[in-house]
Amino acid sequence: MFDDFLTRSILAGVAIAIIAGPLGCLIVWRRMSFFGDSLAHSALLGVALGVAIDLSPQIAVPMVTFAVCFILVAIKRRSHLPSDAVLGIIAHSTLALGLVTISLLGSYELSVMRVLLGDILSVTKQDLAIIYGGGGLILIGLFFYWRAFLAATISPDIATAEGLSPQQSEWIFMVMIALVVAIALKLIGALLITAMLVIPAAAARRLSPTPEIMAGIAILIALLAMGGGIFGSLQFDTPTGPSIVLAAAAMFGIVHLLPLEHKRR
Amino acid sequence: MRYRKAKAQDGDMPLISVENIGVQRGQNWLIRNISLKIEPGEIITIIGPNGAGKSTLAKAVLGAIPITEGQIIHHQKPSIGYVPQKLNIDNALPITVDRLMQLTARAPANARQAALAACGIEHLRKEPIGILSGGEFQRCLLARAILNKPDLLVLDEPVQGVDFAGESALYDLIRNIRDETGCAVLMISHDLHIVMAETDTVLCLNGHICCRGAPDIVASNPEYLRLFGPAVDGLAIYQHHHDHQHLPDGRVQHADGTITEDCHPDDGHHHGAPAKQGLEA
Repeated sequence: MFDDFLTRSILAGVAIAIIAGPLGCLIVWRRMSFFGDSLAHSALLGVALGVAIDLSPQIAVPMVTFAVCFILVAIKRRSHLPSDAVLGIIAHSTLALGLVTISLLGSYELSVMRVLLGDILSVTKQDLAIIYGGGGLILIGLFFYWRAFLAATISPDIATAEGLSPQQSEWIFMVMIALVVAIALKLIGALLITAMLVIPAAAARRLSPTPEIMAGIAILIALLAMGGGIFGSLQFDTPTGPSIVLAAAAMFGIVHLLPLEHKRR
Repeated sequence: MRYRKAKAQDGDMPLISVENIGVQRGQNWLIRNISLKIEPGEIITIIGPNGAGKSTLAKAVLGAIPITEGQIIHHQKPSIGYVPQKLNIDNALPITVDRLMQLTARAPANARQAALAACGIEHLRKEPIGILSGGEFQRCLLARAILNKPDLLVLDEPVQGVDFAGESALYDLIRNIRDETGCAVLMISHDLHIVMAETDTVLCLNGHICCRGAPDIVASNPEYLRLFGPAVDGLAIYQHHHDHQHLPDGRVQHADGTITEDCHPDDGHHHGAPAKQGLEA
C-alpha cells in the first residue's frame, strides 16, 4: 500500500497534522513563530550541504536545524540585540548561504523550488519512516512535558518555585521545533512550515476554553487542511506546501466567520 | 554553595535558611548580606521602598534567580506555593480558573473546589481567566498556590490593588490558611508601615536588611486606632528602627555621620552585632 505516492503523502500529512496541533499552540502562546521560521529557513542550507558533502538530506537537515537551534540560543543569551533581530540575522544568513551553496553546486539533482515549497511526489518510504519515528518522539515529549511547557509559558517563576524546570522544558521545546522542521520539509517545504504550525492553532483559539481543547481542535483543523491541500495539489497541479497552507488559511477564515456568542475567553 | 539540600532533620529545624546571600546584576548588587530563617508556620513580611530588592529576595529564596554569593539551605525539602507580583496570561492562551489550578501539578477535583472555596471564588471555577477582576484573579492565584498544601507560601504583594477592607479580608484568608495548614508565609507588602497583624517578623529591606522586628498590633494602640479607625482589624503598624540613611547615589550614611559605599553588619558602623538586630523593635 505504501507504493502509492498519494497514500504516502496522506500518511505523512496525518502524522504532521497530529504533531502540528499541540506544537503550533505552544508556538503561538510562546510567540515563537519567528523562531520556527528561522529554523525552517536553515533547512534549505541542510539540503544544500547534504548534496555538497554527499549526505542524505534526512540526516543533513536535522543536523543543520539542531545546530542552528543551539547557535540561536547561544547568541540570544550573550547578545544585547533583541531576539527577533538575532533570529532575523540567523534566518536570512542561513537561507542566503543555502541558496548560494545550491547555485555553486550547479546541481540538477536539487530543485530549489521543491525544497522551498514541498512536493507530494517526493515523500519516499524512508521519509515516511522518519516522519513517524520523529513524530512519535515529539508526541511522547509533548505528553510528558505538556504541563511543564504550559507552566513555563504562563510563568517561569512559578514553574521554578514549584519544582518544574522551565529552562529544561524550553530546550526540549526548541529541539522539538527543530525536529518537526526536519520531518515536515519534504511535504510542506521550508518556506511555509511555520504557517502549517501556527495557522491551525490560531484558528482553534476562538473555539477553545482550555489549552488542551485548543490543541485538540488545532489537530482537527490541521488534518482538514492537510486533506484539502494534498487533494488540491493533486487536482490542480499546484505546489503542495502552499496548497496545504491555503487550505489552513481558509479554515481560519471560516472559524472567524462563525457567529459565536462570546464572552472574553 | 547555592541551594544545598540538608538531610531530613528533627522538627525544630527551619524550613529554609538564607545565609548571607547577594544577587548581583552587572556591577550592581540588587541585594546583599541577607540572612534569614523561615520557621514552619512563621509569617514573615518584607517591606521596603520601590527597587529595594523585595521581589529579588523572594525569587532568590524560591530559586527562580541565581544568587551570586552566600547560600540557601532547603531543610526538609519544603514544597512551595508562589503568587508572583505580576502575571499576564496572553489572550492567545485560553484557560479557565479550574485549569489554572493545575498549572504545575495535578490535583483532585474536590481539592480544587476546596481551595477555590477557601478563597471565596468557588463560583468562578469554570470561568475563563480573562473575565476575572483584579481582586478575583488575585484570589485565584492564591487558591492555586495553596492547593497542594505547601510548606511555604511566598506571596509577592498579594493585596496590591485591593482597598483597605479587601486587604483586611485577604489577610484574614491568609491567616486562616496558615492556621489550618501550618504553612510558613513569606509575604511582600506594598506598604512601608502597615502589615498583616499576625506577622511574626518584619524585614525592612533596602538592598540589605535595614531593620527587623515584630509589628505593633493596631487595635492595641489607641493612637493608631484614632488615626485609622476600627476598619483596620487584622492590620499592624511596623515601627522602623534605622541606624543609617540611604543617600540618593546609593551610598549609606551612618548614625555617626560617616558615609560608606554600602552597608553590612561588620563595617563597624552598626551599634549592634547581627544577633541584636532581632531585638531592636
